[in-house]
This record gives sequence, C-alpha cells and structure tokens, in this order.
Amino acid sequence: MANEAAYKPGFWGWLNRRLPVDVFMRSQLTEYYAPKNFNFWYFFGSLALLVLVMQLVTGIFLAMFYKVGENTAFDSVEFIMREVDFGWLLRYLHSTGASAFFLVIYLHMLRGIMYGSYKTPRELLWLFGMIIYLALMAEAFMGYVLPWGNMSFWAATVIINLFGAIPVIGPGLVEWIRGDYGIADATLNRFFSLHVVALPLLLLLLVALHLVALHEVGSNNPDGVDIKEKKNAQGIPLDGIPFHPYYTVKDIFGAAAFLTLFAIVVFFVPTFADLFLEKANFEPANPLSTPDPISPSWYFTPYYAILRSFPDKSTGAVFMLIAVSAFFFLPWLDRSPVKSIRYRGWIYKTFFTLFVLSFLGLMYLGLQPAQGIYVTLSRICCVPYFLFFVLMPFYTRWDPVKPVPERVTAHA
Amino acid sequence: MRKLAVVLMAMGCLPLAALAAEPEAAAEASKPVKWEEWHAGNSIEDTSSLQRGARNFMNYCNGCHALKYVRYQRMADDLKIPTDVLNRDLVAPGSNALSYITTSLPAADAVNWFGKVPPDLSLITRSRSPDYVYRLFKTFYVDPASATGTNNLAYPGVAMPAVLSDLCGVNQAVFRQDGDQKLFDHFESVVPGTLTPAQCDDFVRDTVNFLDYVGEPSQIERHAIGIWVVLFLILLTWLTWLLKNEYWKDVH
Repeated sequence: MANEAAYKPGFWGWLNRRLPVDVFMRSQLTEYYAPKNFNFWYFFGSLALLVLVMQLVTGIFLAMFYKVGENTAFDSVEFIMREVDFGWLLRYLHSTGASAFFLVIYLHMLRGIMYGSYKTPRELLWLFGMIIYLALMAEAFMGYVLPWGNMSFWAATVIINLFGAIPVIGPGLVEWIRGDYGIADATLNRFFSLHVVALPLLLLLLVALHLVALHEVGSNNPDGVDIKEKKNAQGIPLDGIPFHPYYTVKDIFGAAAFLTLFAIVVFFVPTFADLFLEKANFEPANPLSTPDPISPSWYFTPYYAILRSFPDKSTGAVFMLIAVSAFFFLPWLDRSPVKSIRYRGWIYKTFFTLFVLSFLGLMYLGLQPAQGIYVTLSRICCVPYFLFFVLMPFYTRWDPVKPVPERVTAHA
Repeated sequence: MRKLAVVLMAMGCLPLAALAAEPEAAAEASKPVKWEEWHAGNSIEDTSSLQRGARNFMNYCNGCHALKYVRYQRMADDLKIPTDVLNRDLVAPGSNALSYITTSLPAADAVNWFGKVPPDLSLITRSRSPDYVYRLFKTFYVDPASATGTNNLAYPGVAMPAVLSDLCGVNQAVFRQDGDQKLFDHFESVVPGTLTPAQCDDFVRDTVNFLDYVGEPSQIERHAIGIWVVLFLILLTWLTWLLKNEYWKDVH
C-alpha cells in the first residue's frame, strides 16, 4: 500500500512521512474488508475490547485508593465504597465488568464454535483467543482475592490447593504460590502485583496478537464462506465491505445497547442476586470461619462442577484441566468439510446442543452444594461435555453436511 | 422506588421492575405464618424512616455495636438530619461530627459480659440481608437454659440479649414434636411491651432500614443517578441504531 498521505502538504503529510498513520488506518479500517453478513453474534469481539478498556481504566482509579495488605485491603475497599467520590461507581463498574467480560467472552467463543471460526486458516487466531481466556481466568481469580473478604480468602484456599494434586512437586508448589504456609499477606501482595501489572500486560499483548492474526486471515462469517474467493476487478471481495464505516457504526450501536444493559446492572442490581458480589465477601477474611458453601464466581462454576463430580480430588483436577484445555484442540478435532453450523447435519447439531446444555447445566450445578442430586446431575452433564470433544473426529466425518453456497446468503 | 418501577416497566424492563417493586409488595401482603418468610419491607427512599432508624440505633444498639465505616456527618447529610440535632442527640460523648460511629463498650468488658465482642454492624445487611436482621429482632423467645435468659430462632444461641423486650414484650416459643424433631410452632406473649405489635414492627423495620442504608450509603445516590444514565443510554442506543441504518442503506 503506497504511502500517498506522505506527499500531502501540512501537518498530515509531515506526520505520515514519520509515522504510517494513514497506511495503518487504511489497511486496518477503511480498506480492510469484512464479510457483509455478520449477525448478532459478531458484536461480542468488539464488546470484549470495550470491557477490557473499561476494566483497565476503572482498575487504574481503584488502585489509587486500594491498600494492599491483610490488615488494610478490606477497609480500603469500604473506604472506596463510602468516602471516595464516585468510588462506589468505580468499584461496581469493575466488579460488574469482570462478570460482563466472561459473559461476552463465552458468547464470543460460542460464536467461534457455531460458525467453525477455529478451522483453517484461523487455528492460530483461535489459540491466541484461548490463551486470552486462560489469562483472563487468572486475572479474574486474583482480582477476586483482592477485596480480602471471607469468600476471597476461601476461594483462594480451595483453588490454590488444587495445585497440590500434582504428584511429587504439588505440596511444594502450593507453598511457593502462596509465599506462606497458608493464604496470607504474602499471597495477597503477589496477587495484587500480578493482577495490576503482569496479567494486564500479558492480556494486552495477546489481544494485539489476536487482532493482528485476525486481520491477516480475515473474519469468518455465519455462512463459513471464504469471501476472498470471489473478488471484483479491483481485488475487493464481492461480499466484503470496509470495516470502517460500516462495522464501526454497527459496533458503536452494539456498544450502546450493551452499555444500557450494563448500566442497569451497575446502578440497580450490582450484586446480581449474589452472583456478581457474594454476601460472604462482605465479611472480612477469616481463617477460622468457612463460608458454607464455598463456591467460585459463576464463570468458573462449570469447571468447579466437573472437579466435584469425581470422588477423588486428583482425578477431578485432571478432568477439570482437560475440560478447559479441550477447546485448544478444536481446530484439529473437527474433521467436517464445512465450517458453519448452518450447513452441518443432525449428528453435529445434536452433539453441539447437548454440549451447550451440559455447559449451562454444570454452570448451575457448580453454584449448588456438592451433595445428593447435584453431584449426580453434574456427573450426567460431564458425559455430553467430554463426548463433544472426544468423539468429534468421528461424528464430524459421519455428519450428513449440506452444500455450502458460493457467496454469503444474507446480511442485516 | 415506585416511580422507578413505573419507568422501568414502561421501558419493558419487566423483570427489573418486579425486582424494584418487591419490598413494597412484600410489605403490603399479609404476614406469612412462617417466620422464615418474613420480610423487612423497608424502603431506603423513606428518609423519615431512616431518621427514626438512626435514633433507634443510637438508643438501643450503639451501646454495644459500632458502625466503624460510617461518619456521623455523612449519616446526617444523607438522612437530612439538622446539624444541631445531630450534635445534641446522636453524636456520642467524646466523639464529634466527623468521627466514625464507635461504641463506648470496651472490648474486654464485652468478652466478660457476653462471651464475645459484639460485631460491627456496618455491613450486616450486606453480609446477611435486611430480612435476616428483621427476623433476628422479631424471633427472640424465653429460654431459661441460655445465659441471657433468651434465645433466637434466626440465630440460635445468639449471645445478644433481647434488647427490645421493654418495647416489644417478651415471647414464649411454643414448639411441637414432629417425629424426633422439635419444630417451632408459634409465639405466645408472656409480658406485653409498651408498643403495640404494629408499632413494634415499625420500630424494627425503621432500624433495619437504617442498617440497610449503613450497609451501602451510596445506594440512594446510585438509584438517583442510575435512572438518568440508563435513560441517556437508551437514547444513545436509538440514535446509534438510526446512524447505523443510514450507513447500511447502501449495503446490498
């Protein structure tokens, strides 16, 4: 792409002779062609970026008032809630933002699975996305510990103890992570450091890689049709439209709609019936009093339910690890000739539907006490969850797929 | 709160409106038989109830319980309590308007008398719930086996004595045998209080309302700002929808 702006007079030319602003904007926005048939599900990528920025900005302001340390953390959060001007707003934006981030990411991932967006040539794009998801889980977990409420303390205890299931090095590793013989001041301080410095940096780097990889291969679409196959005389995809202004205005609408729902939660139901902020976390950390039941935040509960489905902790931990990491292998497990669920057959659709239902089921069951019917139901839900991945190489080959059209079918 | 419910309902946010209207609906409904289903029915928008609750707290609770995250002045500002009333009637001796609300009960004495230090109540309605505190106040009963002479259904074995017994009276709990379990059946008044049962309910409700406010003083401001933020965002969503459609006219 020629740097035409460099020959322009005035400041714009001066700037572009020194920095490829115009080249970048054209290659990434005004002359970056996206399929014209994106639907509802395609809002969640840009929304994830919006939430990330919101978390960074509110996080910066919260860190100005938060006082890390086992004797100061809880009090400083209450200070933010009561005595810092609009501190309550910062805190609720950040706590609601954490849940919104996972909601958006889960819908974004579901979109990727539905339309086969992980398939060739987007394997690396998918892998970057999955690493972002893992980094986000670490970021959210450590952020949850910072208010130093009683659930913070006990969630940290339970989650870190999971590393103890690793043979030989387990117990030593747990101690190394905690920096003490129990969850203590040292743990809180290192989690603060990781939460506000290390993981945000990692997340930004990964998001940048995710976007570069996306713009290299181009977006998939609900039909799973490669728009680069059919181009006009100028080499522009026939089914492509410039990202700016078409998708920028559309995403601004998506952002406004999302923020409306988000604001309703922040201003009217910030605890969201104990799901976004739990009652037990309004009591300071207390090693002598265990909340009953200990449950992680809702976005971790599918894996927590899997962990508890096995009578033995080590086996449960192994299956939990498999449940998370199975997503990484989707590009190679899926042998179907078609990408989008629109052109897949009944076999795939059955497995897919059961998988989504089992994920939601496990999410609910992970919030319930680990006893009786809840454990039985968790075990039942584990079956379609794991079969979705394990049998994928087979059922995607047997699946009676439909013919894929040459061009995308619809747009809105 | 009712105004909010109407506006939200008009916008089609029915579940939220139902949520916002819930405390009032509960208050209007006749009291359920089971104490586990009693609702505080308090409203944070009712400033005079909050003022009475503050008075009740200072007279009946503050002797033992602190509100360590709340300053007198902030409370007075939010509850529209005049400064002279605040300083004359509410600020404890030795404190001033900018002090946090502490208790004069020394911790060592508390352990001696009650076996434990009475908890700070700044966050009691958040770590439990307003309904829980309401039930706690309303379910004290005579129990000669207990050190204080009373026990509690919501918090069995509670170390706190029945501090409202002069106002609300003293109750005997009648239990019934169900298999090998002893289940609560109903209360019988042993000594009537100086207040009627309805006045006692209001007294407790005002106090719980005050503790609800104390749990999150910003919630009054939060609701007031929130309605405008949401209205603005709905307008913005509509405008961006029109803008999007304008641009997308030429996509075929």
